[in-house]
Formats: sequence, structure tokens, C-alpha cells
Amino acid sequence: MNASLIIFFLLAAVAVFGAVSLILQREPIHGALSLIVVMVALAGLYLLIGAEFVAAVQIIVYGGAVMVLFVFVIMLLNAGEEERTNFSKLAGFGGIPLALALSGLIAAALMRSSGSLPSTASHGALTSTKTLSMLLFKDFAYPFELTSFLILVAILGAVVLAQREN
Amino acid sequence: MVPTNYYLVLSAILFGLGIVAFVFKRNIITMFMAIELMLNAVNLAFVAFGKPDGQVFVLFVVVVAAAEAAVGLGIIIMTARNRRSLNVERVDLMKL
Amino acid sequence: MNEFLTHYAFLIVPIIKVAILMFLVLTVDAYVTWMERKVVAHIQARWGPYRVGPHGLLQPVADGLKFILKEDPMPAGVDKIAYFLAPFLTMMLALTSLAVIPFGPHHFTLWGYESYFSIADLNISLLALFAITALGVYGVVLAGWASNNKYSLLGGLRSSAQMISYELALMLSVVGVLLLAGDFSLRGIVEQQGQSGRGLLSWNLFPQIIGFVCFFTAAIAETNRVPFDLPESESELVAGYHTEYASMKFAMFFLGEYTNMITASCLCTILFFGGWLSPFPASWTFTYYLPAVLLILFGLWLIYDGIRYETLFGRLLLPGVGVALLALGGALFAFPGINGYVQGPFWFLSKVFVFLFVYIWMRGTLPRFRYDQLMSFGWKLLLPVSIANLVLTATVIFIWGKP
Repeated sequence: MNASLIIFFLLAAVAVFGAVSLILQREPIHGALSLIVVMVALAGLYLLIGAEFVAAVQIIVYGGAVMVLFVFVIMLLNAGEEERTNFSKLAGFGGIPLALALSGLIAAALMRSSGSLPSTASHGALTSTKTLSMLLFKDFAYPFELTSFLILVAILGAVVLAQREN
Repeated sequence: MVPTNYYLVLSAILFGLGIVAFVFKRNIITMFMAIELMLNAVNLAFVAFGKPDGQVFVLFVVVVAAAEAAVGLGIIIMTARNRRSLNVERVDLMKL
Repeated sequence: MNEFLTHYAFLIVPIIKVAILMFLVLTVDAYVTWMERKVVAHIQARWGPYRVGPHGLLQPVADGLKFILKEDPMPAGVDKIAYFLAPFLTMMLALTSLAVIPFGPHHFTLWGYESYFSIADLNISLLALFAITALGVYGVVLAGWASNNKYSLLGGLRSSAQMISYELALMLSVVGVLLLAGDFSLRGIVEQQGQSGRGLLSWNLFPQIIGFVCFFTAAIAETNRVPFDLPESESELVAGYHTEYASMKFAMFFLGEYTNMITASCLCTILFFGGWLSPFPASWTFTYYLPAVLLILFGLWLIYDGIRYETLFGRLLLPGVGVALLALGGALFAFPGINGYVQGPFWFLSKVFVFLFVYIWMRGTLPRFRYDQLMSFGWKLLLPVSIANLVLTATVIFIWGKP
């Protein structure tokens, strides 16, 4: 039981707690806060694996931009509590155990295959940003340019959608 | 050290929780947040193998998720304004 | 006991550093408020706090007592989780961002554990700092939402929109420095500036003057200071997003803002002004005694000023502090070992102090931007200039190599 394992279980517990809280919260703003908790916990897990740049990008982009966008939209639309429409009991009593059983099956299958998977970074080895940038700009240069085009299309789409009907 | 399959199990659990949230919630914005949770679970699976290729792909997934959030939230704002409700069960007819 | 210390030194040494830094930062926060009130007052031709202690030096203590003892009302209809979370989040993020800042060059070994003059020495400390700044938006936006008040909501939305707009310009204006340094860690950036040993001329200020101006402007906008403080101005929006907060929670917002100011000043000095490097070239070794000389002069001035002060308490306190500073300066002359350790933090803290003074000077002098002027300035002027600086730096480095 070394330190990495303890930190892993701690962060994993925080992430699962955030995800469960997203399901159980009634107000969307509290759900957004729970999702932010999940993202920060995942950034901690990325740091544990040694992917420091991805951890920083996760917090800056996901936690600092995408979730802020969600929070803005929730405030703009003044989203209140969820309405109580007819919730079929069958879906509740049958669906949730089935979902848990499916997850348990996948988890058991994964745990049994521990020998054949490549291991994560050895103790203390961090992936340097230089390695990532060499890959990104040399081997993956074409997808990189495509994503910049994608962002341009998204910006134009958002601007068009946000215009008022004049 | 933490074995790789621990990360994969966590990723599967988070993905499952994202599916449960997507199916059982009725608010459009909460369902969209469940989609983001699923994308994050998949990101964790990519990074768990420790190779830099996975991390580069995670950067692409993050960019796609951000672009999708921008456009998707724009559509949600338009839909909510036209139908005056954020309940996804009210968006069941083409007619307003 | 010694074995316990050596075995757990990797935990104990950072905890000691955190305790020291917490104490120092909270004291400096309180005295930055004193300095702000005095400097703004003198700009406006009045005296500022004068009565509470000698030269108003105990005013922060009185303010702290007031915050602790005042009633802490919670308005009806607030969203309880967000209401309690917002000031806590602001202050926590502001204090956490100080963990990655290096205060000096030396590394020292304590109980077999080697550490630097910063709490955490990361490879990506600059990115971590930006990550914490990016999360700082939530404190503001949750404070605006949680108070059941339309002015707070407007102030919160405006302030957070301003913060995320200027974050882009902030991060892009730093990329020129990163290209020159080749390293994300703040320690690496300062060491790269100190490599040529030419003192003032080797700082990143001269190759990156456009980047510095963009960064400083974006930093003022990020910390919501004048001239970018429309969202929290008292005359426009009834104190904006922290209207409904009283006593201790308001004190947390206040402390968070001043700590953000200190962090922004520290970042400016590290990235563009050489951090802990002295402005004199390294070969002029006689300048190593400058901190000691300045301490002795300041002590002598305090004694001279304090002896003729009005109140008895001032006549005792000020010369007492002056004598202590004299003794400290003498000790620095006598023990060159300690003098070597003091050099780095002394230059770092003096430069941070100069930047704080410039922040406060701008508050006393400039009018504030209107909201649409502010947003168009951020998106239409600052962002293109930062990108142009980046392209220019990259082109110059590609053609001529690094200086």
C-alpha cells in the first residue's frame, strides 16, 4: 500500500462522489459544481500518471472555460429545479441495478486482464511537454490544423445562433 | 505503482454513471453535462496507458468537446427561449 | 525523534514552509491595505489612517478586529451552497497560487530533504498558476448568483466575462517569454535570465517590452483593479458581486483580491524583471552589501522620525523598530553567509513592492473604463497585439536564434 495507491483511491473516490452528486442534485447549478469537482479530480489523476501538460490543459480548458460556459448558460436561462414528471418505477428499479451490473461486469473483465496491459509511467517519470509538442506538430500536424478549422466553424456557429431575431 | 487496469475500471465506472445521468435526468443542460462526464471518462482511459500518443489524442478530444459545448449551448439557449421550458420531454414535437 | 524527522522530512518541511508563507502573506495582505490607503490618500492630498497607531500602522489590526466581531447576516433566499462556497473558493485559490512562486535561488537541505525557496517546485509551475487563475472566475460568478440580488448578478456576470476575456491575452503575452526561456517552470525562466550575468540588461523586459505591457494590463484586468474595476466599483453597482456579503466573508473576498494582486506582481517580476536577480552585473560583488546598507539607512530614518512623534506609543515603537533594523543590517555586514542567502529574496521582494506601488498609484490616478470600452479593449486591441508579439518573437528566434 504505497503512497501512489492511497492518492489514487482518494482521487477516484472524489471523482465518483462528484459523478453520483451530478445524478442526485436537483438544481443544475449544483450539478455544474459537482462536474467541476470531477474534472479537478481527474486532473489530479492525470498528474499521478505523469501527464502534467494534459492535467494543466484539463483544468484551464475544461474547468476554466467549458464549465464557465455551462454556468453562464444556467444563469442566463435561470434554470431552476427539475420538474417532477411521471417517472416510471420500472425504469428505476430495473434500470439502475442493470446499469450497475453492466459496470460491474466490465470492471471484473478489466481486473482480470491485468497481466496483458502495458503499465503506466514508471515511478516519477513525467511526460515532458517537448515530447507532446514534437508529436503534435510533426506526426499529428494534419489533425491539428483540422481542429483549428473546427474551432473556427464552432465560433461562427455560436455567433449565428446568438443573434437576435431582428 | 498503480496498475493500469485500476484507471480503466475507474473510467468504466465514470462512463456508466454518465450514461445513468443522461438517461434519468430531464433538464437539457444536465444531460449535456452528463455527455461531458462521459467524454472525461474516455479521456482518462486514453491517458491511462502512459504513452504520449494517448495524451495528444486527449488534447484533440478536449478541443472537440469545447467546440461542441459552444455550439450545443447555443442551440439549447434557442430551444429554451422558443419553448420556454428546459424540460427535454417538452421538446417532442416539431411544432412549438 | 531525529529518525522520525528524517523519515517524514518530505512531509514536514513543506508543512513548515506553508506555515511560514501563510503567516507572512496574511500579514503582508493586511499591510498592503494600509499602504493602499496611505498612498491613495497622499495622492489625494490628505493623510489617510493616522490615529490608530503611529502613522496608522495598527489600522489593519483594528480592521481585522472589526471583521471578526461584526454581525454576519445571511440574506433570505440565497443559494446556501454557492453563498458559502464563493468567498472560500476565492481566498483558497488566491493563496494556493502562491505555492509555486520561487522567492530565491538557493536550495537548502533540511533533515536530509533538499528543497528550494518555494513550496512546490513543479516543471510546469507557470501552467499551474494559469490553471488556478482560470478557476478564480468561479468565486466571482457564484457570488453573483448566490446573492438573491439583481445588482450582484449583473456585477458577477460582468466581472467574470471580463476575467475570461483578459485571461486569453494574459496567457498569450507570456508565450514570448516561454520561447526565450524554453521552460515552463518559473525557476527555469529566472535562471535563463540570469545566465549571461549582465544584470539589468539581461532581463526579459527588453526583448519582450510589448509582452510586458500586454501582460501587466491583462493582469490588472484579471485582478479587477482600477481602471478595470467596473464590476466592483462602489459608485456604479453598489459594490457589485460582493454586495450581500458582510464581515468575515467580505474580508475573505478582500484578502483574495489583495493576494491576487501580490501574485500578479510576483509573476510580473519573475517573467519580465529577473525575479530574484540583482540589477547589477554579477561581477560587481560590492553590491552584495546593498540590502544591508538600505536596512541601516531605513533604521536610522525610523529612529529620527520616531523620536519626535506625537504620542508616547509612537515614540517607543518607531525607534524600537528602527534599532531592530539597524541590528539586522549590522548582522548582515558581519555574517557574509547569511548575506548570501538574503540577496535573492531581498531583490525579489523589492521588485514586488514596486509593482504593488504601481498598482496602488494607478488606483489613485486613473478613471475607470466603461464596460463596453473594457470588452472591446480586451478583444480588439490586447488579444491581437499579444498574438502579434508571439509571431514576432517566434520569427526573430527562428531567423537569428535566441539572444
